[in-house]
Amino acid sequence: RKYMRSPPTPEMATQEVPLNETLAHLKTESETLKSKLEEERAKLHDVELHQVAEKVEGLGQFVMKTRRTLKGHGNKVLCMDWCKDKRRIVSSSQDGKVIVWDAFTTNKEHAVTMPCTWVMACAYAPSGCAVACGGLDNKCSVYPLSLDKNENLAAKKKSVAMHTNYLSACSFTNSDMQILTSSGDGTCALWDVESGQLLQSFHGHAADVLCLDLAPSETGNTFVSGGCDKKANVWDMRSGQCIQSFETHESDINSVRYYPSGDAFASGSDDATCRLYDLRADREVAIYSKDSIIFGVSSVDFSLSGRLLFGGYNDYTINVWDVLKGTRVSILFGHENRVSTLRVSPDGTAFCTGSWDHTLRIWA
Amino acid sequence: MTINTLAKGGCHREQMACFRKMEKVIVAMQDPDMGMKMRNQRLLITVIPHAMTGHDIIAWLTHKYRISEEESLHLGNMLVKYGYIYPLKEPRCLVLRPDESPYRFQVRPLTIYLAKKNIRKQGELMEYEKERYSLLHKRINHTWDFVVMQAREQLRASKQRRKADRIVLECQEQAYWLINRPPPGVNNVLDTGLERPNNFSCRVTLVSDFIIEACRKALGRNRVKSSICLEGFLKYSEQYLNHDPIMQGCLPSNPWISDDTAHWTMNAEIVPVPTRLRVERWSFSFMELLNDAMGRREFMTYLEKEFSAENLYFWQACEDIRHGESSKIVEKVEDIYKNFLAPGAARWVNIDSKTMDKTLEGIKRPHRFVMDDAQMHIYFLMKKDSYPRYLKSDLYKNMLAKAIVPQETKKSVFPFMRRQRHSSPSPAQTATQAAEEEGLAKGAGANSAAGSHF
Repeated sequence: RKYMRSPPTPEMATQEVPLNETLAHLKTESETLKSKLEEERAKLHDVELHQVAEKVEGLGQFVMKTRRTLKGHGNKVLCMDWCKDKRRIVSSSQDGKVIVWDAFTTNKEHAVTMPCTWVMACAYAPSGCAVACGGLDNKCSVYPLSLDKNENLAAKKKSVAMHTNYLSACSFTNSDMQILTSSGDGTCALWDVESGQLLQSFHGHAADVLCLDLAPSETGNTFVSGGCDKKANVWDMRSGQCIQSFETHESDINSVRYYPSGDAFASGSDDATCRLYDLRADREVAIYSKDSIIFGVSSVDFSLSGRLLFGGYNDYTINVWDVLKGTRVSILFGHENRVSTLRVSPDGTAFCTGSWDHTLRIWA
Repeated sequence: MTINTLAKGGCHREQMACFRKMEKVIVAMQDPDMGMKMRNQRLLITVIPHAMTGHDIIAWLTHKYRISEEESLHLGNMLVKYGYIYPLKEPRCLVLRPDESPYRFQVRPLTIYLAKKNIRKQGELMEYEKERYSLLHKRINHTWDFVVMQAREQLRASKQRRKADRIVLECQEQAYWLINRPPPGVNNVLDTGLERPNNFSCRVTLVSDFIIEACRKALGRNRVKSSICLEGFLKYSEQYLNHDPIMQGCLPSNPWISDDTAHWTMNAEIVPVPTRLRVERWSFSFMELLNDAMGRREFMTYLEKEFSAENLYFWQACEDIRHGESSKIVEKVEDIYKNFLAPGAARWVNIDSKTMDKTLEGIKRPHRFVMDDAQMHIYFLMKKDSYPRYLKSDLYKNMLAKAIVPQETKKSVFPFMRRQRHSSPSPAQTATQAAEEEGLAKGAGANSAAGSHF
């Protein structure tokens, strides 16, 4: 018989209770509450998105092509991010290389080799003067981008975040001074870049956290994360509390991205669907899927107006969805292996994809 | 998928969902009524039974899923790459050809092996083999006959060594090995990246608590009717439609398509005259105005005229604390108190007494969020009062009137020469220059680089 170390409820504070009985009790309670919650959510669901969108004009022929191909990584590209200048990007790969490119000219401007493989996360600082990255080293490090050719970028590296498992995603907040991270250790965390101090940690996922995105809201205090527990959680950055939680996917959530107004977010999952969750209605409001789409979604992002949702898939393709009508507008071919990362540029003129075929492509 | 993975008790998690879906497609393809019509296919001089052409496969997929031929070709290729269908012509190359090339459904080696054994020695399967056999039987129910047929064929072939059967067997095996031991240069389709998730069994009680707590909170929250929320999406997308370059194009042209960076130059952070779309956007929301450096500058000018600029200065100072270095918090909070909150302060802001009291109390122990309440109060004050008036003001209307509407560039033709792609200074370079200039101006050593502020 197993006994617990710390009791979950006050009544049990002074007793030792068999673990499996308590678990069963907790499970029933959470199941009951969950169904009650679903009932409450359903009460206000008076119409479907595609019904409301019937009066909207349909989208015509959609032509998007690869406009640039960035070659230079020697292995799978795992992550990329745009600079605020709308043309530079940073990308990271399985072999530990992190490269900063001027995507417009396709020139490589900086390159760093990390001391670990599988650099799954990278981000450009808002100032454009630094990049952050990490992966199997369980850390997030910041590299200032000096243009002194003699300077070894790795020498000025700053170790900021420390997790107990792989780093899956990272993002600067509104400035170069704070970084938000998510990890295979099941947590997210907010860090002070200057001191490396942990400012807040976010617990609640039951498995690896794979992705995160900061809300573009007026008060700018929340973010959403997605994990292997099929859950998408919305967090208050100040208190560390989980404000909202959604569990409708059937498999790992690989990517989450806010709708430009901040009132909703989209998710992409191994279950081959993308979904839209409305934060005010507190529910899933759309599923983007098709019988012929079999492979998981690795990465999603919205076009500037939020009308289009781009999804990078494990079957090497990009599917373009009409967010309002729920239909698939276009399918784009080009990569020769999985699309692992996808981001729309800051001014919405293009989007960039990174792939296991070692390349990055700019589409417009 | 293979004998090995079945023996180990399972495939990689993320691939399970794909495999199940691919199997669904395969099962549908083998449906006796709606599935593919298989027939004898000719391979040079040999006739192979129960086969189909690449062309047929594509046609069936196109019809069944209502997709384009290009997409069917892609989907079909996946089925071949993962070994569900194998080619009889050029078996070394796992590619779906949209022509008369013959293909066949692959049956899992383990399935055939067990079926063979069952046929050969009726009822002499081992216990675990029987279990496996019946499990597989359940899973691929309507292709069972096909499996038995395949097994029978193989047994016969090994006895009689008919050429057709030998070809089929070879191709089948070839496909199997190509997937499990891909030659260099070919994607390993069984590569799934890092193993996940991690084992979290010890966190189960913690997580259950969390779920219960989260549910209770969620039950208490205010929700908005779907019809209202969803209308919001329609409105937003419509409002921003002209600003979405992918939807509507951009003027004078999309730099990525035309190789011309004029669009970026015209929309740089600070320009002499902004574009019309940009100025229009300031009217969409208060946040749009504040997020644009030029918009914010214009708004500041307006507030100066109204003698309420201290509000915006205060808001900016609060933002600086929220997003700035931890080490500077104390000093910045003191500055804010001196400049904005202290009685008789130069830029005294008008906050309600409750918020003021709370803030003054909080300042005694300054932290990153100590100004939050006051900042929000001033933000909403500006949003509800000054912002709408700004939009109606002459200042804004004049700005809108003289804003540029760029001419659309016709796609220039350079028949002999590729258009030069101009580079631009990196933000890091600008920062380095600025820092150097500052260093020189201060008369201090001019060795500072961009990394110095870390």
